[in-house]
Amino acid sequence: MAAAVELEGVNVTFGDFVAVRDANLTIEPGEFFSFLGPSGCGKTTLLRTISGFIEPTRGQVKIGGQDMKGIGPNKRPTALIFQNLALFPMMTVAENIGYGLRVRGVPRHERDEKVKTLLIQVALSEHGHKKVSELSGGQKQRVAIARALAVEPSVLLLDEPLSALDLKLRQHMRAELRAIQKRVGITFIYITHDQGEALTMSDRIAVMNAGVIEQVGDGRAVYAEPRTPFVASFVGENNRIRGRVSAVEDGFATLDTPLGALKGRNPVALSVGQEALLFVRPEVLRLHANGGTSGFAGETLDVAYEGSVSHITLRVKTGQKVTASVGGGVPLPAAGEELHLGFTPEDGLLLALPEGHGR
Amino acid sequence: MIPGPFQRVMFALYTVIFFLYLLGPLVVMGVSAFNTPQYPQVWPIDGLTLDWFAALFADQDMMTGLKMSLWIGLLVVCISVPIGLAGAIIMTQIQPRVRSLYYLVVVSPVLTPGIIIGISTVVFWRQFTGQTGTRFLYDGVVLTVLGQASFISAYCMLIILARLQRFDRSQEEAALDLGASYPQVFRHILLPFLKPALASAAVLAFLSSFENYNTTTFAILSDKTLTTVLAGRVRQGSTPAISALAVVIVAVTVIGAIAFEIYKRRADAAAARRQRAALEAEEAELAGTPTPAMG
Amino acid sequence: MNGSLAFIFGLPLAVVVLFFALSAYERRRGIATGPGFFQRNGLAVGLYLVLAVGFWAFFIILLPQLAMVDMSFRPKLPPAQMGGPKDLYTLENYRYFLFGSTTSTAEWNWLHIKAFFLTIGVSILITLINFAICYPLAFHMAQSASAARLRVLLLLLILPYWVNEILRAFAFRVLLSSGGIINQLLMGSGLTHEPIDFLGADVGLYMGLSYAYLLMMIFPLYNAIESLDRNQVEAARDLGAPWWHIHAFIVLPHAKPGIASGCTLVFMLTAGALAAPLVLGGPRTLWFTPIVYDRFYQAFNWPQGAAYAFILLVSCILFVLVVLKAFRLSLGEITR
Repeated sequence: MAAAVELEGVNVTFGDFVAVRDANLTIEPGEFFSFLGPSGCGKTTLLRTISGFIEPTRGQVKIGGQDMKGIGPNKRPTALIFQNLALFPMMTVAENIGYGLRVRGVPRHERDEKVKTLLIQVALSEHGHKKVSELSGGQKQRVAIARALAVEPSVLLLDEPLSALDLKLRQHMRAELRAIQKRVGITFIYITHDQGEALTMSDRIAVMNAGVIEQVGDGRAVYAEPRTPFVASFVGENNRIRGRVSAVEDGFATLDTPLGALKGRNPVALSVGQEALLFVRPEVLRLHANGGTSGFAGETLDVAYEGSVSHITLRVKTGQKVTASVGGGVPLPAAGEELHLGFTPEDGLLLALPEGHGR
Repeated sequence: MIPGPFQRVMFALYTVIFFLYLLGPLVVMGVSAFNTPQYPQVWPIDGLTLDWFAALFADQDMMTGLKMSLWIGLLVVCISVPIGLAGAIIMTQIQPRVRSLYYLVVVSPVLTPGIIIGISTVVFWRQFTGQTGTRFLYDGVVLTVLGQASFISAYCMLIILARLQRFDRSQEEAALDLGASYPQVFRHILLPFLKPALASAAVLAFLSSFENYNTTTFAILSDKTLTTVLAGRVRQGSTPAISALAVVIVAVTVIGAIAFEIYKRRADAAAARRQRAALEAEEAELAGTPTPAMG
Repeated sequence: MNGSLAFIFGLPLAVVVLFFALSAYERRRGIATGPGFFQRNGLAVGLYLVLAVGFWAFFIILLPQLAMVDMSFRPKLPPAQMGGPKDLYTLENYRYFLFGSTTSTAEWNWLHIKAFFLTIGVSILITLINFAICYPLAFHMAQSASAARLRVLLLLLILPYWVNEILRAFAFRVLLSSGGIINQLLMGSGLTHEPIDFLGADVGLYMGLSYAYLLMMIFPLYNAIESLDRNQVEAARDLGAPWWHIHAFIVLPHAKPGIASGCTLVFMLTAGALAAPLVLGGPRTLWFTPIVYDRFYQAFNWPQGAAYAFILLVSCILFVLVVLKAFRLSLGEITR
């Protein structure tokens, strides 16, 4: 079975501006795939390239194994759900859903039948005759999904469709979207800047930054095994210290930092003398832990108690802030108290300094 | 803002004089339409009569002119609205470098005196039809429609452009993405969106055409429209029948305006109802959604 | 007449048929989207756009103007000789405007020159007067009138413009004629013993012209002043700025595009007015447009008429340019 979507060396440039650089990617049929990145990272451009609104400057887009060059958005087996949903205000809910069938010349009775089924599927069977302006945000969302599914696309593209919703509703819709995807079984390609959305819904995630796909993997991989400093700091919280590699041994390396020698895993095979960044997640830092663990010492700036978890902010001697999240039941320090936060080398992660020395 | 009493009196006085100036002539004309004397007279009222309306409707020339004016108005709508629509769409797509030149060309008829448009239309089409052997086109109706279309299309374009600039392009893309062809997008999405603007453009086009005199008097050649007949009558001498015509026109327009107002109130009420429904649905939804586990 | 009707109905019909034919064609073939014009609009819509705008820009706007300018430089000839050896470019028609007929003894063609400058001068004057009349009301409507009052004012303003120019001029004739209500009032109050000949003195004409285009001044002004933040005026007042200062340094600069737009429209319409001079002008009235009209339909000298029309057009263009320059605006800002 051919891959749902393949990107081969896709570049998109607007004048001098490179929006997407060298995207290579294979998305499998039936996969829930997310592009995660900050705004302006090129994820929307890539989505529009897949849907056919933008022709790649270089490279190939294949859908179902077929090259899409020269095929317009109206002839591609994709359907796009827009950020603002782009429902047609002059049509009723049913007409909106049936629009794709109407322009395909599907006979009316067949169309009505199909629209009825879809309305039931998205729990809107009472609302078919209404105008779009009579619906709530969540209902509009479901109309947009039904409208896109009506044309039976092999790939459904979603451009941050939840961003306009209320927080509570958004979390509800995540589960619903995931359920719909499981039910219809087609490929979903989802665009978001919200890591929570990406992590909860996706089978795999591509993290994008400045037009480049930095890492592709499942949620656990991009969170626990980031391969670039950008991914490490964009997905989840992370403490970061810069230094120079002083020793390398058996998958681990030691970094000389202004805070002393700190040891962590070395997945990208750094060699001695190289400049690098050490990342430590707040939740792996342990209070007062010592002996056999490296760590940070400093003055407690702030303790934020949240019930099941507390966030401690420490100022180390370079002036940098380090945060730790500790579970309930641990005695908390007071502000101003001198403190030591430790971690095991397995929980530290060393990554190469990006070109241009990062941010 | 608290103006002093002096300012307030001055402004009130000014407003009264302004509207006296604005409406006085109209009232005078209106009253004279119902007064019996042969010459339009306001005072004294010698007797009330509807004879002048009868005389107006019995005036064969006026009636033929009226038919011709309605006919031309209709044709102008059929030509100017599509041209204005095309002009507006092109305006949003044309390269910025050429845009100001294009704008200059298509808006220039609005700033050109009507008689010049009439003259140039007649001069050009006389030559053009003569040289291309299409003399049958050198006709009062054709020339009047073309002449009026030059500036009325520009009015239409400006009206349509104002709405087009608010068009959400993702609507168009959504339709394309669902498989619509470009002409389908145009018919199903863009035209319905522009419908209110097209309707106002059509009304404005018809009214502008119907009351146009300067361009028409040249372009109509040997035919007659209501305005050219009217001009002839007025030059011959004053008769209350002409006042009666003004009364009829105002009456028809008032009825039209009231009908439109009723229609608009209904549409507004329907929109408000929909908005309420959406708000209720929204509240129900938020109340009904179970709080998902965080994280 | 039948042939011509076939043309004006047939042309749009042909376009519509072509449109549907192309739509059907395009439905069968998917056409790629892209930066190109036809790619973006599709063939059918694209063709409609190009044809409609092309026909409008060239056949309705540009070519007729060019034809008129061209004709103004040609001699008056019987149809048989047109395009013949005698059909040469000449300045004769412009010479006539300045010096009159070659057989006349007068040095200059005073009648036409005076009419022209009077028309331009009076038009400028009427433009200024209309601005002065309309500004206070436009300001009041835009800045301090309540919504309900605004609706009433707008309705009252539009009402007179539901009847056409000729009827508006006619109303003034009824009002100002020697037996009209104004003269009745004047004589009744003993101010005069004989009716005043307002129409013969051109008072009627000038009033009628000013009246005819009041609306073209008040609406651009109102729109421009309305977009000014009310708080800005309030703030200036709180700071103790005198009323004239507020208008001169806050309201007027903000309303610049509206003022330019209103002035341009009123000037153009007044200078090009034909109905009011015909209805309200006496036999001795000097106004340029009736003279142009007479070149065509009294003197049957079309080239000369074209030259006169061109002179009028150039003066209107000059006026627009001067206004734009004086207000430092672009054309787009005043034609909204």
